[in-house]
Amino acid sequence: MDLIRLLSFGPDGWGDELAAGTWLTIRLAVATLPFGLLLGLLVALAKRSHIRALRVVGNAYTTVFRGLPELLTIFIVYFGGQILLQRIVEFVSPGSSVEVSGFVSGMIALGVVFSAYSSEVFLGAFRGISRGQWEASRSLGLRPLATMRLVILPQLVRLALPGLANLWLILLKDTSLVSVIAIDDLLRVTGIAVRVTKQPFFFFGVACLLYLVMSMISSIGITAIERRLGRGHGRTA
Amino acid sequence: MLKKLALAAAAFLAIAAQAEAKDWSKIRIGTEGAYPPFNFFDSDKQLQGFDIDIAKAVCDKLKAECTFVAQDWDGIIPALQAGKFDAIFASMSITDERKKVVDFSRPYYNTPSAFIAAKGSGITDVSADALKGKTLGAQSSTIQSGYLEQNYPGFELKLYPTQDEVYLDLASGRIDALFVDKVVGLDWLKTTDGGCCEVVGKDIPLGGGVGAAVRKDDADLRDAISKAILEIKADGTYDKLNAKYFPFSIWID
Amino acid sequence: MNFEVLQEYGPRMLAGLVVTLELVAISIVCGALLAVPIALGRMSRNKLVSRIAFAYVYAVRGTPLLAQTFLVYYGAGQFRPELQAVGLWWLFKDAFFCCVLTFTLNTAAYQAEIYRGAILAVPRGQSEAAMSLGLTPRAIFRMVVAPQAMLLALRPLGNEIILMIKGSSVAAIVTVFDLMGVTRLAYSRTFDFQVYLWAAVLYLVMVEIIRRVWDHLEHRLTRHIRHA
Repeated sequence: MDLIRLLSFGPDGWGDELAAGTWLTIRLAVATLPFGLLLGLLVALAKRSHIRALRVVGNAYTTVFRGLPELLTIFIVYFGGQILLQRIVEFVSPGSSVEVSGFVSGMIALGVVFSAYSSEVFLGAFRGISRGQWEASRSLGLRPLATMRLVILPQLVRLALPGLANLWLILLKDTSLVSVIAIDDLLRVTGIAVRVTKQPFFFFGVACLLYLVMSMISSIGITAIERRLGRGHGRTA
Repeated sequence: MLKKLALAAAAFLAIAAQAEAKDWSKIRIGTEGAYPPFNFFDSDKQLQGFDIDIAKAVCDKLKAECTFVAQDWDGIIPALQAGKFDAIFASMSITDERKKVVDFSRPYYNTPSAFIAAKGSGITDVSADALKGKTLGAQSSTIQSGYLEQNYPGFELKLYPTQDEVYLDLASGRIDALFVDKVVGLDWLKTTDGGCCEVVGKDIPLGGGVGAAVRKDDADLRDAISKAILEIKADGTYDKLNAKYFPFSIWID
Repeated sequence: MNFEVLQEYGPRMLAGLVVTLELVAISIVCGALLAVPIALGRMSRNKLVSRIAFAYVYAVRGTPLLAQTFLVYYGAGQFRPELQAVGLWWLFKDAFFCCVLTFTLNTAAYQAEIYRGAILAVPRGQSEAAMSLGLTPRAIFRMVVAPQAMLLALRPLGNEIILMIKGSSVAAIVTVFDLMGVTRLAYSRTFDFQVYLWAAVLYLVMVEIIRRVWDHLEHRLTRHIRHA
């Protein structure tokens, strides 16, 4: 019917726009991941720290960013972060300006939310690694950083994977919230298509379907990775 | 590691600092791009409209190289404050609330606002008494939405991020009438979707016209734009652009 | 603190807070009612029933709440004549109702998984013992499995309520003046960034209260199985 033509890759179809939006959504999620993982790991380390102040900061960070609506975090980072950065730049060199793209703002906001949750996952995974591992490494003469890199991290990744996989699926969906601040991700492009074509049910339905496909592909990928990492670990299940 | 980060941060700030010296040979202009016929994207995804044409004419007069940035309406003033662009040409009405946070050039046009309702709605009088019990809609953070809040207390008001969504909900009947800049509304009524509806009641003049907004510290840019607006009016450029869009003058003295 | 802004928008933000609480409370309760049959459907021996329930849960959990809200709100607007014909338009006309409907359908899928997990986590020996006492399957579920499952579901249910409080903020995008909606309005009027921080505090307080109440609840309800 006519609806199918609306999805064509031509000047009067929205196929290419939707594809570009989907691509941006994927890029945003993928770009957020390493940032969110690193930040999450640092926060987890802070929460395990012997220094009280670090623990307090780490715990406060998780409490705040797990308690705030993701949408609010995105607004705060997008507007507040920009105003703050602008003030810093003006303080350092008056009369100049700095620009942060919507993509980077979105990435930071999503990364902050992701890190608050992933720090908890890492914390749980750390608990799953027995003290003996640290002690054995030390008796082998490994320095703390080397122990972390060679002994702890590989195990940490395997233990944290199920939790992180879940967070990835949430991240993929949370990217849609960024459509509210000026980034042409899948949902925003869909909104534009709706305004032009007046076919909200069809286009939002298509958008939901595309998100679903992304989730499904992710699930398949996650299962494959889990199987790989589980190999040689004596798990038969 | 930390040292490297600090160095990188310093270098980043240094680049940012050099990025702009305030000689205004380059001006970044913010607009919404969802408000036809004043600013919108055409089918080639190019910015068009009266605001855009005026901005280009002003830039010519200032001998400045201008680039356009599209920004959501709700975030357009914060983005100006955050330095994402230097001036807003986006049909922004000059109001006291906005003047607290930004500076305005002299106005470059003024149009009244009006109510639009479904054909056969029976609405003729748009006073608060006559409209009692109706649901009214407008784009959020507009002078029209402010007017509704102030003059229609106790009404169910629905505010939307873009004007298109207001139209969508009027067409579907979620709102009984919308309040919009009349020229913008008339443009929509000409489309097939606008066929459902008509202007009701009389025109309502609001505010002191539409101007270009700049940051409070950029008084020099504000004055330069005001001067350029008067110049394009004097040399006939303005009237030509006016005629391209509207059969009547929207100039404000 | 900007007291002028606080004076003007403070009371409206509290009114928005009430709207947020209403949205969440109605959706969570209606969602729970819907979740039980879905959870049972997931565990049904009838292949067709269990597949449909699985597909529903999977589809809802695989798509963003914001996209679902748009689908219901603007989608319903498109089907106005049909909805009017069946006399339901007055419901769908209301943005608050559309949000409650979307959130209910959304949380039902998540809650269904919570209840299913809890039911499956009740040790088999419990129902076997009940069976040997001669209880009917229905009675076993009602008197033995369900009460224990409810206890196991308590903690994840608390988390789901917190997620719903946070997620409900998307209602602001479809014209509902919940806490987020009022905050956006206040910001667009005043351009005072503080309003977002006040909203942040209010959300954090809500989440913290739920967390405390839940800890207390769990503590009380599990008294009988705790070791002294």
